[in-house]
Amino acid sequence: MDQAKIEKIKSLPEYQQLVKERTSLAWTLSIAILVVYYGYIMLLAFNPEFFTTIVSGEYVSIGFPIGVAIIVFAFLLTGYYVKKANDDFDELTAKIKKEVE
Amino acid sequence: MNSLLKTLFSFMLLALLPMVAIAAGTIESDGTKVPTNWPAISMFVAFVGLTVYITYWAAKRTKSAKDFYAAGGGITGLQNGLAIAGDYMSAASFLGITGMVYLKGYDGLIFAIGFLVGWPIILFLMSERLRNLGKYTFTDVAAYRFKQTPVRVLAAFGSIAVVILYLIAQMVGAGKLIELLFGLDFDYAVVMVGILIIAYVTFGGMLATTWVQIIKAVLLLSGATFIAVAVMYQMDFSFNTLFKTAVEQRDGDMSILFSGGFVSDPINAISLGIALMFGTAGLPHILMRFFTVPDAKEARKSVFYATGFIGFFYILAFIIGFGAVALIVGGEYFAGDALIGGNNMAAIHLSSVIGGDYFLGFISAVAFATILAVVSGLTLAGASAISHDIYANVINKNATEEQETKVARYATIVIGALAIIFGIGFKDQNIAFVVALAFTIAASANFPVLIMSMYWKNMTTRGAVIGGWLGLSSAVIMVLLGPVVWTQILDMGAAIVPYKFPALFTVTIAFVGIWFFSITDKSARAAKDKEGFEAQFIRSQTGIGAEGSSDH
Repeated sequence: MDQAKIEKIKSLPEYQQLVKERTSLAWTLSIAILVVYYGYIMLLAFNPEFFTTIVSGEYVSIGFPIGVAIIVFAFLLTGYYVKKANDDFDELTAKIKKEVE
Repeated sequence: MNSLLKTLFSFMLLALLPMVAIAAGTIESDGTKVPTNWPAISMFVAFVGLTVYITYWAAKRTKSAKDFYAAGGGITGLQNGLAIAGDYMSAASFLGITGMVYLKGYDGLIFAIGFLVGWPIILFLMSERLRNLGKYTFTDVAAYRFKQTPVRVLAAFGSIAVVILYLIAQMVGAGKLIELLFGLDFDYAVVMVGILIIAYVTFGGMLATTWVQIIKAVLLLSGATFIAVAVMYQMDFSFNTLFKTAVEQRDGDMSILFSGGFVSDPINAISLGIALMFGTAGLPHILMRFFTVPDAKEARKSVFYATGFIGFFYILAFIIGFGAVALIVGGEYFAGDALIGGNNMAAIHLSSVIGGDYFLGFISAVAFATILAVVSGLTLAGASAISHDIYANVINKNATEEQETKVARYATIVIGALAIIFGIGFKDQNIAFVVALAFTIAASANFPVLIMSMYWKNMTTRGAVIGGWLGLSSAVIMVLLGPVVWTQILDMGAAIVPYKFPALFTVTIAFVGIWFFSITDKSARAAKDKEGFEAQFIRSQTGIGAEGSSDH
């Protein structure tokens, strides 16, 4: 990629929008999963009593729905990112490519 | 192509011969071994036949270097998602996590969640950029704008170290498992695995490796789903009944329903979390899969599918573990108080409780198929590090594609042979540390260099090389001084480093090293490294200039 092409791409509003939106989405979602996971670990470490709460019947403790919820949450986050990227980012990328190629 | 077919069949016969011989032998033996499991063997032979056919089919389509390393870049997102999930759902993880749930209950789920949460991070921060920047190996990305030789050597060394350690764990596990399931001798089992994977990889390259992985992932997911549904059926689809039955089997001990102090020490817990999360993002055989899809869009879709399959699988593993506690009753499954073959056999015994000999045979064959598939992926990743990173980019920079592919095939044979030798050599060793070491190296050497090269514009060659080697050596040293090697294996008393996974410290060392030796780097090369960032960044964002897929 030569310098002229680099400058051209950098000046495109679509490129600036793409970088800005994707960066903010990627970091927001990453922080979300990190907070959820390490929050869970911290809760286990500092308040193990909480996990002895029985939520259904006599044997289903609260840890089970929480654990499954984290797995489902991780999956939904990836789904959200892919949806957003397929809808918005690919369109912006296509426009950028059209401008310079 | 007839000669190819003949060679493949001779490989298959060579691999299966000891099995038949030993199977015949065990019938006459004094019965100290487990009886030969014919349903398992016939299902296993059917699986091997299918994979050999796939290898034959793939071999005809594997011509260029791109075909060999990256299946021509023509794998779809769904296929790649299954293959990634397949790489991740190794026999160690299927049997290990169900075994851990069987032993410790809830703590097994905490461990499984740690294995899963790295995947969203890989998607958000890495997958698309990897696809846009890379060609065949993650080293292509890590070395993109730096001086090639030192960074490639570092990353290739990190890759090969991780691959070899992981191979040792898989091969020893494989030998033990096959001995137990099929009544085959350990050494023969290891040799058979070695020969089969050399055949898959040298002839069929990434295309065969990927399809073997996909088929195995589908078999494993269906088998695990069947076991879990059967467990829930017997429990009237009530988790309360499942947990109640399990607690009753443990003489009313409720503790399996709660965390048993697995994370009582927060530093240990966080360090483990970092090793699992960042280690996953530094495993060469997993990262390599991002180059088999045609573009960034398919790369991100593959992580979405992979996360779904892996998450689903862990939930199944959890139900299976509790099902094993609840349903494995009766003396024939136990030797004294313990399960025959150890806790890791919980899922295998449960399949016999649920579906009798034929289903036991099916699950055993799937477990074996899992080992074959994971070992071939590892072997291909190791061979690529040797042929693409070391040979074609350091030793012989003018190598033609034919020469490079040829070296890759030789390297496959060497790594397959090493896998056999190490598998037999480590047979009776305590290998618990090798997985910790593999993940810690992947997290502390491969991952920091890779992620910083994509995100930090002021990184320089010097920073990458010194930081990377610091991460790698500190990982090795701290694992050696840790509880598994220092205390259990060397018997030197209390561990100097009290953490099984010291990643919290070694990852920090690597990042600080990269940062410090980059900002203090005033060389001409450093200026060039920084200058290259802009072009790299634009390509990583837009995919302009990225590798396409081949047209056939």
